[in-house]
Amino acid sequence: MNAKEIYERLESVFQDVFDDSGIRLTGFTTADDIEDWDSIEHITLISAVEDEFKMRFSMGEVSGMKNVGEMVNLIMERGK
Amino acid sequence: MRELEYPFEAAYILKKKRSLKKKLLSDGTARVKKKIAVLGGSTTSDIVSVLELFLLDSGIEAEFYQSEYAQYWQDAVFGNPVLDSFEPDLIFIHTTYRNLDAALNVRMTRQEADAVLEERYSRLEQMWSALDRKFRCPIIQNNFELPFFRLMGSREAYDYRGTVNLITRLNMKLYDYAAEHESFYINDINWLSAAYGLDKWFDLKYWYLYKYAMSLEAVPEYAFQTANIIKSVFGRNKKCIAVDLDNTMWGGIVGDDGAENLEIGQETGTAQAYYEFQQYIKSYKDLGIVLTVCSKNEEENALAGLSHPEGAVSPEDFTLIKANWLPKDRNISDIAQELNILPEAIVFCDDNPAEREIVRSQLAGAAVPEIGEVTDYIRILDRSGFFEVTSLSEDDLKRNEMYKANIARANSLARFESYEDYLLSLEMTAEIQPFKPVYIQRITQLTNKSNQFNFTTKRYTQTEIEDISKNEKYVTLYGKLADKFGDNGVVSVIIGEKNGDTLTIELWLMSCRVLKRDMELAMLDALAAAAAEQGISRLVGVYIPTAKNKMVKDFYPDVLGFSPLCANSQGVTSWELDISGYENKNKVIKVN
Repeated sequence: MNAKEIYERLESVFQDVFDDSGIRLTGFTTADDIEDWDSIEHITLISAVEDEFKMRFSMGEVSGMKNVGEMVNLIMERGK
Repeated sequence: MRELEYPFEAAYILKKKRSLKKKLLSDGTARVKKKIAVLGGSTTSDIVSVLELFLLDSGIEAEFYQSEYAQYWQDAVFGNPVLDSFEPDLIFIHTTYRNLDAALNVRMTRQEADAVLEERYSRLEQMWSALDRKFRCPIIQNNFELPFFRLMGSREAYDYRGTVNLITRLNMKLYDYAAEHESFYINDINWLSAAYGLDKWFDLKYWYLYKYAMSLEAVPEYAFQTANIIKSVFGRNKKCIAVDLDNTMWGGIVGDDGAENLEIGQETGTAQAYYEFQQYIKSYKDLGIVLTVCSKNEEENALAGLSHPEGAVSPEDFTLIKANWLPKDRNISDIAQELNILPEAIVFCDDNPAEREIVRSQLAGAAVPEIGEVTDYIRILDRSGFFEVTSLSEDDLKRNEMYKANIARANSLARFESYEDYLLSLEMTAEIQPFKPVYIQRITQLTNKSNQFNFTTKRYTQTEIEDISKNEKYVTLYGKLADKFGDNGVVSVIIGEKNGDTLTIELWLMSCRVLKRDMELAMLDALAAAAAEQGISRLVGVYIPTAKNKMVKDFYPDVLGFSPLCANSQGVTSWELDISGYENKNKVIKVN
């Protein structure tokens, strides 16, 4: 799995969760950039991402993620 | 909506909840509005948003109050202005094992463990009484699920020092309270978490990170079960099941294989599976669910299959048997018509995906579960919650006989010269009286499920009906109707509010199974008499249109002789009747 493919799949998960087909992701995207991304939706989002990539993040990973770039890196690490 | 029918894909619902909600809200369905207070002992946000979807899907548009994090007990016992002014129609207390703080240890004496149990229970009871005093509305309370670890292993179950033991005993106390209190319902998460699997249910990451008492993946199952109770409380249950026969009720095709070669009974594994399913369907009858058949078959073959000596059912168990070659959607809509119910009150159960698709696409509203293989049938019907029982009245137990008697009446109609002759031949007797405690449950049930003959479609909780029956301001009447074919039980309800010399009819409904029997005239006679006795000279009736009550749109003027009073742009009309010198209209029913 390369980064481009991960970004595409992530983007579609984000679009589903926030019901907004206009969402575009970069490595620097954070919760501040997406209006509905609050602590509650964060839970749904993480679980939808886990589901999409068939992997589970640990507690530490979930609390440590700072932006989408870190999320992509984690997914790439796991995919190796 | 297919995505929200059991068995559903939990992750999909969670991910798409926003767009699902949008879709449901824009589908043009008319929904009842309800206010639901969710008092949480842990995080409730996703629970509420998924619950909202399931309720929308069953015709309930809910507005929610949610406690601040884990403030359920404080909200209930001490109140809070937001909750107080919210005036909920229903309260759902979302508590779990996490709120128990069991605090047992193996050095405790029996007395000390009992004291923990009593203390935990009395905290709950204090909360329920406070809520009941203040809000007088239905309460749904979770029981407690088992813990995710067992310090003493299996001994936890039977040793008073075990948390498993404590939870089991506490749950029994909850059930005793529920048995003694109407409008108090237990949400059995002890069963649900077991069915889901405790290891999966307790995904501790969700507790430590987000304070969810269960895994996020389990939330849709939990919300679905809760929604089923709410649906049932608000009268949205299904009323009838229509089953296919070949490969649904037995293995094989009766027309090809012959009744003697069907797989049903105890001989093979497959035969046993169908037998258990037949038993399950048959036991619906005792809950007041109407059993019918909808099968592509020659009728004689269908009857031969249903009469199979090894089977659990017999033809007499079914109120209607549609065995013919018409499209199934036609048969289902005929069943609805003959039983005087709406298609959306019917569950259609067929092993054949093509038949399911036809009914689903041609007949809006009918429930068509994806029942899978014969080994799935019971589980899927059962878990779908179509018939979730929240109250079980005498009438429910007799319902199948009542529908059968109705069909016998329809058959005898053909032999009479005039309709009045026919009505007289029924030898009808009615009991029309002010509300009595024994009928309060049935009256409440009727106010929540009658849609067609219902002038205002006002819904009431049991507590409201109790209050009204004791309030001097109101004139109340229930009507029971019996005839030579059987007793229909309580079929009509009127609530009128007094205001000077006027009585305004705020509720008048009648069960459709007694349409065209002049029961409405007998009710009006009784209402006029009761009103006159209290010095009232004028009745005012109101009609509030809904998608389902067109039947009574012109009933006040056309049948009951009321004169127009006013009308507004929403189609709400008011009518009046001067009752000085009122003459009884009913000539065919003997009253009281």
